[in-house]
Amino acid sequence: MKTEYDVVVIGGGPAGMGSACGVKEKDSTLSVLILERDSTLGGILNQCIHNGFGLHYFGEELTGPEYAERFINRVKENAIDVLTNTMVLDIDLENKIITVINKKNGLVRIKSKAIILSMGCRERSRGAINIPGDRPSGVFTAGTAQRYINMEGFMVGKEVVILGSGDIGLIMARRLTLSGAKVLACVEICPYSNGLNRNIVQCLNDFDIPLYLSHTVTKIIGKERVEAVEISEVDKTNKVIEGTQQILKCDTVLLSVGLIPENELSRNAGLKIDPHTNGAYVYENMETLSSGVFACGNALHVHDLVDYVTAESIRAGHSAAEYAIKKGNNTDDSNNSLDYKGTVVSLKATDGVRYTVPQFIRIDNIGALNDKVDVFFRVGQPHKMCEIQVKTKNSVITSFKRLQTVPGEMEKISLSKKLLLDSETDEILIGIKDLD
Amino acid sequence: MTNLICIVCPRGCHLTVDEKNGYKVTGNGCPRGEAYGKNELINPLRTVTATVKIELSGSVKYCPVKTSAPIPKKMVMDSVNLLKNVKLKKPVKLGDTVLENIFDTGVNYIATKTMEA
Ligand SMILES: Cc1cc2nc3c(=O)[nH]c(=O)nc-3n(C[C@H](O)[C@H](O)[C@H](O)COP(=O)(O)OP(=O)(O)OC[C@H]3O[C@@H](n4cnc5c(N)ncnc54)[C@H](O)[C@@H]3O)c2cc1C
Ligand code: SF4
Repeated sequence: MKTEYDVVVIGGGPAGMGSACGVKEKDSTLSVLILERDSTLGGILNQCIHNGFGLHYFGEELTGPEYAERFINRVKENAIDVLTNTMVLDIDLENKIITVINKKNGLVRIKSKAIILSMGCRERSRGAINIPGDRPSGVFTAGTAQRYINMEGFMVGKEVVILGSGDIGLIMARRLTLSGAKVLACVEICPYSNGLNRNIVQCLNDFDIPLYLSHTVTKIIGKERVEAVEISEVDKTNKVIEGTQQILKCDTVLLSVGLIPENELSRNAGLKIDPHTNGAYVYENMETLSSGVFACGNALHVHDLVDYVTAESIRAGHSAAEYAIKKGNNTDDSNNSLDYKGTVVSLKATDGVRYTVPQFIRIDNIGALNDKVDVFFRVGQPHKMCEIQVKTKNSVITSFKRLQTVPGEMEKISLSKKLLLDSETDEILIGIKDLD
Repeated sequence: MTNLICIVCPRGCHLTVDEKNGYKVTGNGCPRGEAYGKNELINPLRTVTATVKIELSGSVKYCPVKTSAPIPKKMVMDSVNLLKNVKLKKPVKLGDTVLENIFDTGVNYIATKTMEA
């Protein structure tokens, strides 16, 4: 088994596959390895059998498995090494040594010049949101239920209440209905849905499933198995309004209450994690604060569209390739990207913006004056007719109008090198301003 | 006048369709929204995704499938029930037909994943 690579990618979902292909696109002679703990590549896409993937990147609407298969084929064509059923246990960021375990080889240490982190995300569970009541069986996260039904053919229940109106919950409402279950309601604590409008229409309205906004599950009832849930209306501060309680009889509760980037590994390795994204802090080229270590996909920040994951991960792949090439030419560390001497601009989220990715821009790395850096972020509340303002401490340097923006959809703006240089600052604020 | 949300792409434009005026669509961000708005009132269509059983080397797995084109919305539920009786016995390639001519629509259910032994 080969234990030295130019680039090692951790996680074989769309981000891992995209970044590995990105490395090869830059320089096909570099050696690349993908490490995946599951038995196949594809990550979360394998269980997302619905369509809605690939409109931006491939210009056609694909299902999750179809999108995955296109990249699995590219991985094969590019002669990228893949180890499946292989769990990454530890990363030594400094020396770029990755410790993995699998049945065939046991415990192995792999040395690499550059590392790409693309471990995806996990779901928030009941513990994370604290629902009082009994602890019967029949409570699942929506993604777990999706995996059971779509990949293992196992029906999770007959009468279902879904807590949370994120896309996964909506998609599962339709899937459960088509599989013969009755979905009684989708219950959302916010006064707006967190899922895409199209999913409200085709997953709830098509099947007459009611959506209760400004409502939450206040109690789960049942001894062995879920027997009912109590739902209540909440006020503007999310406090339960007494007297609005109603009981819905059901045998199953699905939780669709959010995703968190999977970064146990990165944390244990000592990587700096942004508390707002729960992913690593990154520079404009997707490099983390640990030089030669890159991050992309849901491990970096939660994406709603796989197409953006692909674009971001290809960029991470290009950057990792550049780093590995430099390392290869130069055995001492003088070419280390830690030695960057130019201006670093830090981006700060303010006024209604929750976070930005990247958090730092090394201006001299951008290239030509007209070249741009894409900045991604999410808003905290829905806004209509608003302006995304890019500011220094004293003034607004540019702005972008939006007819609407919602927390469920990632926003993107592009900042040119010229704009950043002209602003002569090392701190830029990004915020939302409502227009009239 | 009917208000609709276009489901053709993630933008989800708010459409208004004027039935009395030749189903004139407004609010659409692109031409596909116009076609959708008209169709949604005359003959609403949906692409359906589901799974079928597949038996490979003695073990039963599930193969994801989709309709090769959108089918009438009222057939969605029944078309999924048709799949309950399907059990594939041979490996499939992405795009292979797994159920032909759903309720004489000319539309097939096709595999969305290559599954070999
Ligand atoms: C349920 C659901 C529905 C969605 N629907 C849509 C949609 O309709 N349209 C759309 O465009 N996007 C959709 N998305 C978003 C999009 O699919 C995801 O953003 C994208 O798949 C994330 O890719 P990823 O590679 O970052 O993560 P993942 O696909 O999660 O891949 C991460 C991989 O890393 C592996 N891994 C993690 N830790 C380790 C370790 N320690 N060792 C080895 N391997 C490890 C995991 O096993 C996994 O295979 C959906 C997402 C979800 C969750
Ligand atoms: S009208 Fe066009 S842009 Fe708007 S949601 Fe429909 S397909 Fe998308």
